[in-house]
Amino acid sequence: MINKQYPSVAKAVADIPDGAVVMIGGFGSSGSPIELIHALIDHGAKGLTVVNNNTGNGEVGLAALIGNGQVAKMICSFPRSSQSKVFPKLYREGKVELEIVPQGTLAERIRAGGAGIPAFYTPTTVSTVLSEGKEQREFNGRPYVMEPWLKADFALIKSDSADPLGNLTFNKTGRNFSPLMCMAATTTIVQTKKLVDRGGIDPEHVITPGIFVNRVVEVSEPVHEDVLIAQERRYP
Amino acid sequence: MSAGWTREQMAARAAHDIPDGAYVNLGIGIPELVAQFVPEGREFIYHTENGLLGMGPPPTEEERDLDLMNAGKKYVTAIPGAAYFHHADSFSMIRGGHIDVCVLGTMQVASNGDIANWSTGAPDAIPAVGGAMDLVQGVKRIYVITQHTTRNGDPKLVEECSYPLTGAGVVSRIFTDLAVVDVTPDGFRLVELAPGVSFEEVQQKTGAPILPQE
Repeated sequence: MINKQYPSVAKAVADIPDGAVVMIGGFGSSGSPIELIHALIDHGAKGLTVVNNNTGNGEVGLAALIGNGQVAKMICSFPRSSQSKVFPKLYREGKVELEIVPQGTLAERIRAGGAGIPAFYTPTTVSTVLSEGKEQREFNGRPYVMEPWLKADFALIKSDSADPLGNLTFNKTGRNFSPLMCMAATTTIVQTKKLVDRGGIDPEHVITPGIFVNRVVEVSEPVHEDVLIAQERRYP
Repeated sequence: MSAGWTREQMAARAAHDIPDGAYVNLGIGIPELVAQFVPEGREFIYHTENGLLGMGPPPTEEERDLDLMNAGKKYVTAIPGAAYFHHADSFSMIRGGHIDVCVLGTMQVASNGDIANWSTGAPDAIPAVGGAMDLVQGVKRIYVITQHTTRNGDPKLVEECSYPLTGAGVVSRIFTDLAVVDVTPDGFRLVELAPGVSFEEVQQKTGAPILPQE
């Protein structure tokens, strides 16, 4: 019987090596897999390339991973916010590299990575500095920019419910990039609020089919980044 | 009272030009105010990039769900009939031309419809583009709401953007504190003056020629 359940977040991230490409679900604080990120901090893998829409907030979660010196490069669309201080400082000191990707292009590159489409053309960034050096082609008289797929070695994902086969549902806008990242990573690791039995998720309601998921850990009372920041918490 | 429109009046004026039943994406800042001024008898459905169609007003303390946010990372609600979806679907709605109107703030907008609203290009600036470049390429109509000039009095409506572009030739209409201005094949054209504002004042505070009302 297939059972993708793992006993702990620590065991679930234990084989992430130095230099891995890691996609982390979440849009700002919503849908951010804080327990998995903190387990990755404890694990200590370094030189990571991290894909996320942002760069974290405060000194917990993704910001703490960056602040701990484990991230060599960020691929994201919006690396600053009112509460992001860790990344801007390290970026200005030249300690972390940045690849800036428009949000829709980031989503589609990840989707393409999971879908086996090595590149695609998009109108986004035409006539801007972000298209410099990229192949362009006209379709029906309009210019488009070629963008490559984006894949990862691991994805860290937060779901609302999961079953032992890895079928997932999400909570509201906590879904964001997560279903795409599940597809694009070689090994997808999910922390779920509710681990249900087989059949506990109506097949019509499955958002991410289990084929895209490798490991599931139940974290029944996940902490939320906004709450940790309000409490001025830091990790570790 | 000084001449011209307040931020709220600018937002209300923009809302006036959005048709009933439109799917609308609102940028951060003054554009967010548009949702407070939906004209009587119309319904707009709000899209937010992070995966929600049917965004409602901010939640009460009891309603708040920490995972339910808008693209500006503010807590929101979902109206009855709302839908959640992942980011690739969300940007398919944008890039695929399914969103009717996007209202954006800006740093500069040019008389050929170019818009610059993501980076000053300063050497120490951390570039942050978000979904702006996707929105300006994909949404059917791009409206801009902006003060007519910067805090220093420099025009924001210009002949040519000096900041790095978000997109070229994409803006259709601009709502400022002084006027409503269209981007036409012949350049800026005045649509409407705010109360107490003269055409001469608008022209003097604009960095490119403005054609008079048709």
